[in-house]
Amino acid sequence: MVDRFPHYDVLAKRDTPSWNPQTRKVIGDRLATEEPEVLTPGQRATLRAVVDRIVPQPEQRPATNATALVLHKIMTNESDGFRHHELPQVREAWERGLDAIDAEAQERLGHPFAILDGDKADEILRAIEQGDVQAAAWASLPAMLFWSWRLIPDIVSAYYAHPSAWSAMGFGGPAAPRGYVRLQANRRDPWEAAERDDGRVISAEERNIHVG
Amino acid sequence: MSADPQHAPQASAGRAPDVFKPGGWVPMRQYPEIDEVDFVIVGTGAGGGTLACKLAEAGFSVVAMDAGPYWRPLEDFASDETHQQKLYWTDERIVDGDTPLKMGSNNSGKAVGGSTVHFAMVSLRFRPDHFQTRTKLGYGADWPIGWQEMWRYYDEVEEMLKIAGPVRYPWGPKRGRYPYRAHPLNAAAEYLARGAEALGIDWTETPIATLSAPRGKAHPCVYRGFCVTGCSTNAKQSVLVTWLPRAIEAGAEIRDLAMVGRVETRNGRATGVHYHRNGEWRFQKAKNVVVAGYAIETPRLLLNSANDEFPDGLANSSGLVGKNLMAQLNQAAWGQVEDEVRSYKGPPSLAISEHWNYEDSGKDYFGGWSYMSQGPLPIIWAKSLAGGRSLWGQDLIDEMNRNNHSVGLKMVGETLPDERNRVTLADETDQYGLRIPRITFAFRDNEKAMIKHAVDFMDQSLEATGATERWKEMNDTCHLNGTARMGDNPTTSVVNADCRSWDIPNLWICDGSVFPTVGGVNPSLTIQAVACRTGDRIREMAARGEL
Ligand SMILES: Cc1cc2nc3c(=O)[nH]c(=O)nc-3n(C[C@H](O)[C@H](O)[C@H](O)COP(=O)(O)OP(=O)(O)OC[C@H]3O[C@@H](n4cnc5c(N)ncnc54)[C@H](O)[C@@H]3O)c2cc1C
Ligand code: SF4
Repeated sequence: MVDRFPHYDVLAKRDTPSWNPQTRKVIGDRLATEEPEVLTPGQRATLRAVVDRIVPQPEQRPATNATALVLHKIMTNESDGFRHHELPQVREAWERGLDAIDAEAQERLGHPFAILDGDKADEILRAIEQGDVQAAAWASLPAMLFWSWRLIPDIVSAYYAHPSAWSAMGFGGPAAPRGYVRLQANRRDPWEAAERDDGRVISAEERNIHVG
Repeated sequence: MSADPQHAPQASAGRAPDVFKPGGWVPMRQYPEIDEVDFVIVGTGAGGGTLACKLAEAGFSVVAMDAGPYWRPLEDFASDETHQQKLYWTDERIVDGDTPLKMGSNNSGKAVGGSTVHFAMVSLRFRPDHFQTRTKLGYGADWPIGWQEMWRYYDEVEEMLKIAGPVRYPWGPKRGRYPYRAHPLNAAAEYLARGAEALGIDWTETPIATLSAPRGKAHPCVYRGFCVTGCSTNAKQSVLVTWLPRAIEAGAEIRDLAMVGRVETRNGRATGVHYHRNGEWRFQKAKNVVVAGYAIETPRLLLNSANDEFPDGLANSSGLVGKNLMAQLNQAAWGQVEDEVRSYKGPPSLAISEHWNYEDSGKDYFGGWSYMSQGPLPIIWAKSLAGGRSLWGQDLIDEMNRNNHSVGLKMVGETLPDERNRVTLADETDQYGLRIPRITFAFRDNEKAMIKHAVDFMDQSLEATGATERWKEMNDTCHLNGTARMGDNPTTSVVNADCRSWDIPNLWICDGSVFPTVGGVNPSLTIQAVACRTGDRIREMAARGEL
């Protein structure tokens, strides 16, 4: 896909009135988050491969650290405030889930999940999504519930917590104390992303370089 | 700067945080625990915070406790969906039933000011008939309060919150002008308006609890769109920045990071509460106890307080504590348009239609619903697409990257009271050693019929504006109510019209859990109106020696 918002970078607004000091701090901390030593190396490799398939990295932009953020959540075992009655807590669900994903790949294709090519990996993931699983490991973890209550929300939440993902969407990003002035359709504040539009005299690239 | 509000209580040593000033403090009265205060209130949200103010102003000694932190929005809130998870109730809860509810960020706050710290500020009155659905419309249960009386209390709350709303409201009996002028529409709201006009129904600017003009130390809304993660400019008129400063000025004490674990009773009367603060269990004596912890924590506390006198939990002779949980329907229709909509700008729901909350003909189900324009932030939107359309991989990324052209309409729909939808106690315990709630919920035929009608209608409205690639999000729920309903009869309700429990005369419940029915609008204006009424009633009863 072509980049809809060429040269637009939410981070260019870091030192503008769109970011208050507490926002600068929490996003700075997030960008600096590295993979913690949690789970086994094999489970971590499986997770990395799953994340790559669920939320492919943005092209032409810095990669997100979604895997590190998910691992962080697993490490703290932090609840979202609810748990489906058939699922264990965060960390245990992920441990069992990653083992089961790997077992499913071994069972069907004879290889660990982490080394599968994209199409094969997607085939396994689709089977889990649909609950069409073969590995015995799923006996202690309902596959479809793990998918929709744990795997998907945790991974997409981690990816869309990253400024690269916001920039690719043309999302304004943090906006306090300076909010927005032009609320109507097709109106853009100078500190918002310009979308690629070949008819314009000044290109989106040019306009996005001045966003700040 | 003060210590982290999440880990160290802020309201102590005779002062409370000044929410209008970074690092600021206001003087706060404090009450020794051995003194029997007139009222201890559990929870400082829409119900508890409002009532704390009313009772303190009526001259009662009041201590209001909240399990959550005492924030100063100006210095503590980041402009970030993930970080602001700190506003939600994320202690473990088990969900089951055919439609297990998503909790946490979806519906539960944990902060001084309660869920109003992160709510979307939509401030609506019930339709008058909805206070008497059983008698007038043949379903649900009647409220023991009439709409005319509620109308007066709505006036009071709207004035207190300086609600910004339209000059003329299209539905229901006449109401006065809203205190502040309506906010301008954003592009997402214009799409609602155009769709409604094409289908020949009324729409209006949403009455909303964020400032459209300066008020005291608070500035008007800057249209930054992060409302459901907390407003870092104080434009939002939450309980934290409205009722509570007034309560403190009138002599109320707020105790933050104070988790109440048990209400104590002796000889059939409440004597005070056991609460956990600063790492230890403590006891506050009180002449009256008010439980205002919202529709899950209120029944949980009453059930966890079971003792020899009340083995089934407090106020539970009817057996109804925890039952009739009503989670409002929150389904949506979405589509794509040519225009750049950029729905991240402005409060998420600036336009509304209550048409189907007032119109009963053409329905094959009971109850009403309204619908509003939408502006989901990236994580919420990604979860909607991944959950509602099963998108992942490059399909998800590509769809996300078209978000500036997405528009949507979302319903707030009535769920019927049903005793099978309920809160009970699980065997598992939390960090305080208290049994956690188990929440059982299912949509029945009536909800399913309403959802079908609503999403089809919203879809037609989008179609009429030229939106293409439309889809329906079928699984969402929002506001919670019920679980300790009010009524006229001790065998079919938990509290009376004054929010006073039938079983224990000095135990009161004042929050969203007292609703017998939920209506087709967002609940918090009604919760605050009921709290204002309760405050007035308690003052009158005290004057007559009836407490
Ligand atoms: C994302 C979102 C958007 C919303 N948008 C709207 C909207 O636009 N309009 C609207 O009308 N409503 C909205 N709501 C709903 C509204 O916020 C709630 O209906 C309302 O705040 C409920 O009021 P309450 O007093 O019952 O409980 P709350 O306001 O939740 O207050 C309960 C408080 O009690 C505390 N508590 C609970 N148990 C204990 C205990 N044992 N000890 C000590 N403290 C305890 C909690 O920490 C909490 O602070 C929204 C909610 C959410 C989550
Ligand atoms: S849009 Fe307005 S109310 Fe919402 S967070 Fe921003 S300033 Fe506050």
